[in-house]
Amino acid sequence: MKACAEPGRRSCPAPRPWVLAFFAFLLVLAIAPSGPRLGGQDLLGAPALAPATAVAQDAPPAAAPPPAELSWWEQKAKQPYVHEGTYWLPPQASPAAKGPDNLFIAVLAMSAFFFFAITAAVIYFVIKYRHRPGHKAEPSPAHNDALEITWTVIPTIIVVILFVYGWRSYIDLTAIPETRPENQIMVTAQKWNWSFRYYNGVEDNVLHVPQDQPVKLTMTSTDVLHSLFIPVFRVKQDVVPRRFTYAWFWATKPGVYRLYCTEYCGKDHSLMKTVVVVHSSGEYEKFLAEAFAKQQSLSGPALGESVFKKKGCEGCHSLDGSTRLGPTFKGAWGEQVKLADGSTITVDEKYIRDAILAPQAQSRPGFPPAMPVIPLSDKEIEGVIEFIKAQK
Amino acid sequence: MSASVDNTKSFLEVSPGIRNWLYTLDHKRIGLMYLCGILFSLLLGGAFALLVRTALFSPGLTIVGQDWYNKFFTLHGAVMVFLVIIPGIPAALGNMVLPVQLGAPDVAFPKLNLASFYLWCSGAFLLLLATALGDVDTGWTFYTPYSLESQTAVIPAVAGAFVLGFSSIFTGLNFLVTIHKFRPAHMGWFQMPLNLWALYATALMQVLATPVLGITLLLLFVERFMQIGIFDPTLGGDPVLFQHCFWFYSHPAVYIMIVPAMGVISEMITTFSRKHIFGYRFIAYSSVALALFSFLVWGHHMFVSGQSRLANMVFSALTFSVGIPSAIKVFNWTATLYKGDIRLDTPMLYVLSFLILFTIGGLTGIFLAVLSIDVHLHDTYFVVAHFHYVMMGSTLVAFIGALHYWWPKFTGRMYPEALGKLCAWGVFVGFNLTFLPQFVMGSRGMPRRYWDFDPEYTLYHRLSTIGAFLLGISLFVVVCYLAWSLKRGKKATQNPWGGTTLEWVAPTPPTTFNFPEPPPEVELYDYDDLVEVPNANEDGVTNWERRPATGKPAKAHH
Repeated sequence: MKACAEPGRRSCPAPRPWVLAFFAFLLVLAIAPSGPRLGGQDLLGAPALAPATAVAQDAPPAAAPPPAELSWWEQKAKQPYVHEGTYWLPPQASPAAKGPDNLFIAVLAMSAFFFFAITAAVIYFVIKYRHRPGHKAEPSPAHNDALEITWTVIPTIIVVILFVYGWRSYIDLTAIPETRPENQIMVTAQKWNWSFRYYNGVEDNVLHVPQDQPVKLTMTSTDVLHSLFIPVFRVKQDVVPRRFTYAWFWATKPGVYRLYCTEYCGKDHSLMKTVVVVHSSGEYEKFLAEAFAKQQSLSGPALGESVFKKKGCEGCHSLDGSTRLGPTFKGAWGEQVKLADGSTITVDEKYIRDAILAPQAQSRPGFPPAMPVIPLSDKEIEGVIEFIKAQK
Repeated sequence: MSASVDNTKSFLEVSPGIRNWLYTLDHKRIGLMYLCGILFSLLLGGAFALLVRTALFSPGLTIVGQDWYNKFFTLHGAVMVFLVIIPGIPAALGNMVLPVQLGAPDVAFPKLNLASFYLWCSGAFLLLLATALGDVDTGWTFYTPYSLESQTAVIPAVAGAFVLGFSSIFTGLNFLVTIHKFRPAHMGWFQMPLNLWALYATALMQVLATPVLGITLLLLFVERFMQIGIFDPTLGGDPVLFQHCFWFYSHPAVYIMIVPAMGVISEMITTFSRKHIFGYRFIAYSSVALALFSFLVWGHHMFVSGQSRLANMVFSALTFSVGIPSAIKVFNWTATLYKGDIRLDTPMLYVLSFLILFTIGGLTGIFLAVLSIDVHLHDTYFVVAHFHYVMMGSTLVAFIGALHYWWPKFTGRMYPEALGKLCAWGVFVGFNLTFLPQFVMGSRGMPRRYWDFDPEYTLYHRLSTIGAFLLGISLFVVVCYLAWSLKRGKKATQNPWGGTTLEWVAPTPPTTFNFPEPPPEVELYDYDDLVEVPNANEDGVTNWERRPATGKPAKAHH
């Protein structure tokens, strides 16, 4: 199209209708609105539409959370998503993303070339040599070693080059540089929740990281396989139970980015997502110090509620009376419950403490033995007990 | 195979009755029974696919909750892989065609052949039982430790896959022995039709790789019952070991699916171009090369599983090697069209679809073989789209094309040609509409096996769902008109397409032992002697007849 704007050219041949139609189609694809939003989640993981099991349940608990001021990242996460990347790829927020992205474009160009060449040859041959009255197959050689060796050697050279560059950029993506202790984050994945523990003991379901510094994640799972995927960093690594795996990245732009689980892990696999918050320099430490102070100040039911959220209890235990993988906490306090061995026991302090520290010792019929051992401090256990007491 | 069988009548007419079908040792009858089972499974797997696609029409809750969605995609995968695509070409079409192309009366072990069929039925029954018993939600890959703790019917499903494995091994063994022992004296290895090379390579993989699947599933079975700590990390086992064992089979399984498809494509493209296949030896060798390389690349399914970076490097390098024989075949097929006399009958439309779809499937595989790109694309919709281009766009399209190609020979009836062409277009357009948008979603970061998705992907999911329905309807119509043609189709001639391989010398349909008298020696892929005779039978179907020997000069090449 540029040629048309050149001086000296008086007119440009009108593009053929099918060319226009093709570009119109691409344009429609590129700018079409994504349709009405019928469900799904906002970025921070609050289901806009409750999971199917809870659909038929009553209204949410009456005790509304206090209208706390939202932090900048919570506000940002609530805004509608705007795709800022290229047509094919999400935006880059890490220097190591450049390698795979450039290779992606190179392979795309090479693929487009071969695809169009082969398709053009097929279509040309089919039209030129199609059967019609009077047309016959012409004699032509049944093989041509020089030609065949050529089209064996050329792809071989191409793939050797791709392998070398793929390997080099893979090293950039996975070789973990020296990191400050403050930037080493422990990640625990469990069905269906992420938990990040920072150097000062703060735990959160959101991954907070500093800008312009390498960050190392040490990851494990309490149950099945999960996989940590942060598209803007081009980082992905499976999270394996009873084993540590690592990931690292160097975030360049402050902002809020998506983080997914990409290894199928059961029922709520598609809801196991959260966000990465990249803090501008200095803000990361400030945030952690504040979070630490806040965590220290908590006690009683408020501490219990914080543990309930951060340890992923809400994946299995509801507060609204609906049954998930485990029993609901609503009205649980003081209840008489049957155990698998036939005995009856009251839900009291002792029962709850035992259920947290040795969950399989008093399993209940009707619930799968899925509860992991959750190592909590005495203060946290007391908080959880107070929290369950409050769920009337 | 008693000597008293009448070898002058068509195998369909001799000894009628359901008992004679169920106890038959005739490879063609066994092949037809396989075909019925496989087409039924195709419709079942297709129904699950449409349920998955319907559930993904919009984000959040549409028709089903997470539990059912997870079961739908698991059953779609398990049914399509184990019941349709793996046995599709070798067990159904291969069974019918292989002995006839050799000029042989049957496979080497007819009873073993029947046994494989009943093993297939038993395995299919167990898989369907798992569906009836409350379904499976582990994904068709049965990854541990989730498959160890899932409360669904994992045991019957695993048992089903285990039994199906034996069916596959027996078929492979049978084919290997048949090709070695039943070749006529004049047919050396390089006078074999390319379809037989492909089936031979496939059989090698079936025999060598499938036992590993059996062992792996058996260990999973034992682990669930006895908790001995092989895969369960809480007992000291290694969940990643399961992936190694599983993919050691399941990667060759991908080539068990695609190599026979390449074989039937080679047969069809030369017949409908009326021209000798270009580069016979390169195509034959590349089938064997694919079979060998396929054992060395399983680790590319595990680039982000936590295996060592050295292993990743080696597997990435080996994975690229698979691209080369695939590329050779595509170039050779394209060159076969050159200077031909191309006839666009329904099977040829599927061949041309295959060429384009396999090119896309193969080229997108290059993205995934590049280590650093794979880290981003792994377990996203990009992978889903890529393997559907190979497994469905290539293997299933080749299977449907080959089904049309050999349908007249083995049923004695023509399918409706105009409807056939329409459906071939429906399959091609529907398939691309389903899976092209998935490449875009995947590279932008949409993970696979997600019941819910971010709203910006809605448009792509909707295009994909619409395409899936077009595809599903087209395939459903294909199955319907094929069934219809069994009784009402035009009567087929001996050689309606002008093929040069031995099955076109046999009567239509073949007799019990395929040939009433020993077949003549034919020159493979030599179309000069065949003359088209329009309106050769009472239904007006074309036939190609061999011209009486003329004094034409001997061929210059070879």
